[in-house]
Amino acid sequence: MYLTKEEEQILNGEAGETLRQAIGILVTLGDIYGADRLIPIKSAQIAGVSYKTIGDAGLEWISDLQGKVKVPAILNPAGMDLEDWKRLRISPEFAEKQKLIVQAYEKIGIRCECTCTPYTLEGFNVGYGDHLAWSESSAVSYANSVLGARTNREGGPSALSAALLGKTANYGFHLDENRVPEISIEVEYPLQGSDYGALGYVAGKLVGSKVPVFHLRNSPGADELKALGAAMAASGAVALYHVEGVTPEIRMHGFEEPAEKISIERKQLEEVYESRKKACKEPELITIGCPHCSAAELEKVAKLLEGKMVSKEFWIFTSRELASRYPEYVRTIEKSGAKVVCDTCMVVSPATNSYSYVMVNSGKALAYVPGMCGAEAVYGSMETCVEEAVGRTAKKAGDSY
Amino acid sequence: MSRKQSAGQQRRQVIPIKLKGRTISRGCAKGEVLLSRDPISFLGSVDPKTGVVIEENHALEGKSIKGKVLVFPHGKGSTVGSYVMYQLKKNGAAPVAIINLETEPIVAVGAIISEIPLVDMLERNPYEVLSNGDLVLVDGNKGYIELIKQETDTAENRAS
Repeated sequence: MYLTKEEEQILNGEAGETLRQAIGILVTLGDIYGADRLIPIKSAQIAGVSYKTIGDAGLEWISDLQGKVKVPAILNPAGMDLEDWKRLRISPEFAEKQKLIVQAYEKIGIRCECTCTPYTLEGFNVGYGDHLAWSESSAVSYANSVLGARTNREGGPSALSAALLGKTANYGFHLDENRVPEISIEVEYPLQGSDYGALGYVAGKLVGSKVPVFHLRNSPGADELKALGAAMAASGAVALYHVEGVTPEIRMHGFEEPAEKISIERKQLEEVYESRKKACKEPELITIGCPHCSAAELEKVAKLLEGKMVSKEFWIFTSRELASRYPEYVRTIEKSGAKVVCDTCMVVSPATNSYSYVMVNSGKALAYVPGMCGAEAVYGSMETCVEEAVGRTAKKAGDSY
Repeated sequence: MSRKQSAGQQRRQVIPIKLKGRTISRGCAKGEVLLSRDPISFLGSVDPKTGVVIEENHALEGKSIKGKVLVFPHGKGSTVGSYVMYQLKKNGAAPVAIINLETEPIVAVGAIISEIPLVDMLERNPYEVLSNGDLVLVDGNKGYIELIKQETDTAENRAS
């Protein structure tokens, strides 16, 4: 791997220990994956924030870091709402550790907003072709696929190293040749709303880490693409996908149709919804906002909940910035007894672990809640989730379309 | 049996053996070899306080990796494993060096942040050259390992 004179000096420790280690990580990963050089990045998003996932091991490493990041950097969701953690009954011991983690990141200049949708925030714009070092799998998928930016799925330490240097190694999804579709997925019926999360859940299992190109009957919007990508990155390891006629890269360049083709039938999506029918218990907790709700999704939940009262725990996750930008939606939602929770999500918060049966409108949460929270998860549309929370559809199980 | 014998005979002929490899993590350390045929996930498989392997049915179950030159094919499992390696190091329970067949990013990053010398992709298969208890130098600065002193070459010392 070619290094500039300045990079060589950093690698030899002339810019201090933190940067020596940071460039060591990037150069080694670059060597493993055959990178030719380091390239500048526009921003970084750093995973490894929730105390539930990284534990004392991660806390120790982060606490020892020195220096300052060189590009805008932001965090993945933490294990709790950093301001109002008591509401979801987080233990004081957990809260204490979680705060130490966030403070340690803040010390090195990272913006302490914890979200999996950094692309919705002020000052975190992503343009077509921008190189990034992002970590959270749904954010990586959205940046690559929907925004046409370029990022690998970085681990916590490598994203942080990239932030400290303002560079990353040039391999994987930074290169044109790795962005070409490898498998074609045909869906021959119209989709709407939560169907995209269900499609992603099914497709991810089928394609693994390949780059799929979808041929769909209709044009999904930003939130639908977000749900599709998040689910595929969780049930599979998809970091980039294309949708013919919709996503920017295929619209600007066009790609040859891959030789490998599959189609996904409606029945396969119905099976995702049917988990609700098969379950014998009632969901005790309903959650929305994986990935974090956009402004449009907050508005939709607010409209669905307006004038109603929930009879079950109902948590809506979003970023702190969007929650404070749209206080009227938050007020309407919370008037119903539902809770708008920031900085965290149902997957990485220990709060979910005290429930045994959770309803979600996210293919990603459906994939992760059982393993990460020890709870059974069922899938429904946003409308079904709201109906379940207000308690009118207990008998209409699985009626999601 | 015959393979083991011939490997042993070869080994006896050419001590010290120096094998070139690829540098993953810099630094230089000497220690006793502990071989694992199984991949290692540091998260959940190794007790970060003691360095004892706690994963059920793992080739190294019940053994301590503390202070050893740990030889394993590659890592597996959660990315949190990198941080666990750091925790092992801070607790004084980390291996002094690592040799892999081919390192993947979790272990690579873990070794770098923990300053554990790591060399992989040796010019010869380490499982054919090294035995448990051998004294080995791992030079992550220059990218080689050197077998300095052989443990008595018995079948029991070979990785199962």
